[in-house]
Parts: sequence; structure tokens; C-alpha cells
Amino acid sequence: MKVNVKYFGAIAESAGKSEEVLDLEKGSSVKDLKNQQIKKYQIQDADSIQIAVNQDLKNEVELKDGDEVAFLPPFAGG
Amino acid sequence: MRYDRQIKLDEVGISGQEKLRNYRVLIIGVGGLGCPAAQYLAGAGVGKIGLMDHDKVSITNLHRQVLFNEDDIGKSKVLVAKEKLQQLNSEIELIAIEEALTIENAEKLFSEYDIIIDGTDNFETKYLINDACILAGKPWIYASIYKYEGQLSVFNYENGPTYRCLFPKTTRQNISCEATGVLGVVPGIFGMLQAMEALKIILGIGEILSGKLKLSNLLTGSEQILKLQKKQEEIDKIKENGIIPVKIVCKLNDESRLYLDIREIFEQPRINSEKVIQIPLSDLDDRIWEIPKEKEILVFCQSGKRSKKVVDLLKAEYGFENLKNVEGGIETIIDG
Repeated sequence: MKVNVKYFGAIAESAGKSEEVLDLEKGSSVKDLKNQQIKKYQIQDADSIQIAVNQDLKNEVELKDGDEVAFLPPFAGG
Repeated sequence: MRYDRQIKLDEVGISGQEKLRNYRVLIIGVGGLGCPAAQYLAGAGVGKIGLMDHDKVSITNLHRQVLFNEDDIGKSKVLVAKEKLQQLNSEIELIAIEEALTIENAEKLFSEYDIIIDGTDNFETKYLINDACILAGKPWIYASIYKYEGQLSVFNYENGPTYRCLFPKTTRQNISCEATGVLGVVPGIFGMLQAMEALKIILGIGEILSGKLKLSNLLTGSEQILKLQKKQEEIDKIKENGIIPVKIVCKLNDESRLYLDIREIFEQPRINSEKVIQIPLSDLDDRIWEIPKEKEILVFCQSGKRSKKVVDLLKAEYGFENLKNVEGGIETIIDG
């Protein structure tokens, strides 16, 4: 199944892109995807990063084909 | 009359203008976000505006904090802002609070206002605003900038989600505009969006950005609104325990040794300890005399690369025999 992943803030810089389509095994969870990408792009402070699925920060769900997943870091500039 | 153009709007009218006159808004941080928010709210006739900042105007503020001008450099931000905003609107009350927000003063101060606007640039103060708003029962309008991206939300509005519901765990990577750079327009736009949310709340019009997080990338034009989830346990925790301080500043894991931090002042996390001599690399030439020669000193930077060069240089050119490089950078000498 394919999911569309979006990266925000410094995560987009670690990933070198702000968006990509990933082919995942059926039944993958949000947690699996988060861990996989954090390792792949060596994203720092993983605990602070929030994940939204289909524009909702309720993320204790199993991913489905076509889902949009956003990786959101805290930042504090102003 | 002064407010004619907004009173003409059905959503405002005479009664809306009266609401604006009776409202009290507190702006924490009169910088890239706080300045434009303050200017537009003063223009709109918000009856009382508190301005809180302990900083002074510096020349590097001027590209984005266009309320200030060159003559203001070195002066108190809140005193200058108060004077200028009073010139813009003599009918409103402006309060300059030349202090930092602290655990001690936050809740009482917030109780004197109806809405808090977050114009800060650091996590410590954002969590502090959040907790004090929960305790004082006030909504606050949050914005944060990272380069061309911004986040915007209204927290703790009519029992809605709070900042801790969004980010229960914070990060050590407290990257400020000072460190990453920013185009003045970006906080300018977000400061105005904060002012707009404040006007919506005061007038009771439109849809308040509560329970939602707006994300905008002003470089690509992409926008998203994410739905937030309220985490009652994060709110109850504050109601039960009071403000929980968030410290991005961290501790050394070995306080018995002496350190030299050669990172620039904006690099995070900072270490608050008498055992750390802080001399940014950019100042090193002028301040070499501050480094003792008799005790062993561990020299560190973010990764260990710059500090290695400094150790080699000080050894070769200035005869320091007591310096040792921290190979792994700051993460290897702090707790957690």
C-alpha cells in the first residue's frame, strides 16, 4: 500500500524533501512508519515529533492505502 | 470617526467596537510576532493592551520588528512600543511591563487580562504561558516560526486543547530565528494572524482556530489545518501540580570538572553552570586571557569538530597544555 508522507520544519531538512510517497507493508502502524523514517533520516529528538494521519493528530491507527501522514516537529522561533 | 471603516462591517458594528474597547489583551514578547500583533490591535481599538518584554531594541531586530527605528536601538522594547502605539491610538490604555515572564508572576498577571498572545521565541516560555493560562482560565494565541514555516493555534479556548496536548514532550533543539535566520515578513504575517484570532474571539465572529493547528509554508504556499486531540491528563496535571517548569537548559553529568563552551550564544541547549566558561568562537581572539592555564579544561562545541580546532590552535599558538577536546560534542557531557 502507498502512503503520502509530509515533513515539516527541520525534519524536511533531515529528509532532504518535504514530501514523498512510500510503499509500506499492509498493516503497518503509524509507529512502524515513524520509527522507520527516524532511523532512515537520523531525525533528532524523535519523542517530541507528532504525527498526523489525514490531517488529524489522532494517530493510534493502522495505516491504509492512500493515507496522508505528516511529521510535525515542535519549533519556537518568533 | 476613527473606527468608521471597521464599524461598517456587519460583524463589527457599534456593539463590536464597544466589545473591543472593553477587552484586555496581553502580549508576551514584543518582537517579530508581538510587534505587528500589537500595532493592529492598538489600531483596532482594543481597550487595554499589556506589552511584556525585558529586552532592548537591537539593530538586528529592525528588519522584522518594523515598529522600531534606528534611534530606538538600546532602549527598552516595551517603553518604545508603548510610546509609539500611544501615538497611533491615544484612546487606549497601554501597559509596559519591562520584565521577564516567570513562574512567580505569570498567573497573577494573566488574571488581569482576557486573552494572552504568545510573541515568544523559546519553548520554556511557551510552556509557561500554557500552564499559567490553564490555571488562570485564559485562552492564548500561539504562533511559532521555523524559517519560512509557521504554526498557529488558539489554545485553552473554552476548554479546548492546550499546547501540552499538541506537544506533551518537548525538544532540546531550541532553534531560534537568531540561529536559523528569518525573513521579517514571516513572523509579520503570523503576528497579524494572531491579531486576527484575537479580534475574532473579542467580536465573537468567524471560526476560532481552537482544536486546530494551522501550518503554513510561505515559501511554497502550502497550507494545512490539522485537527488536535485534547489530552485531559496533560491539562489535569497542571491543574493539580501548578506550573511545571520546562528547562531546555541542561546540567553537566560531571560537575567536578572545568569546561570551555566555544559555541555561539544562540546554539542550544545551553548549560547553566559555574563550571562552564562560555567564550563563543567569534569572540575567542579577544578573550583568550579568560582561559585559565593551570587546571585541566574540557573544550566542547556541538559536535566536537570546532572544539578540536580550537584546542589545536590554542596549544600551537598560545602554549595551552591543559586543554582537552570533548570528542562527541555537548551531548556526551550533559544529563539525559
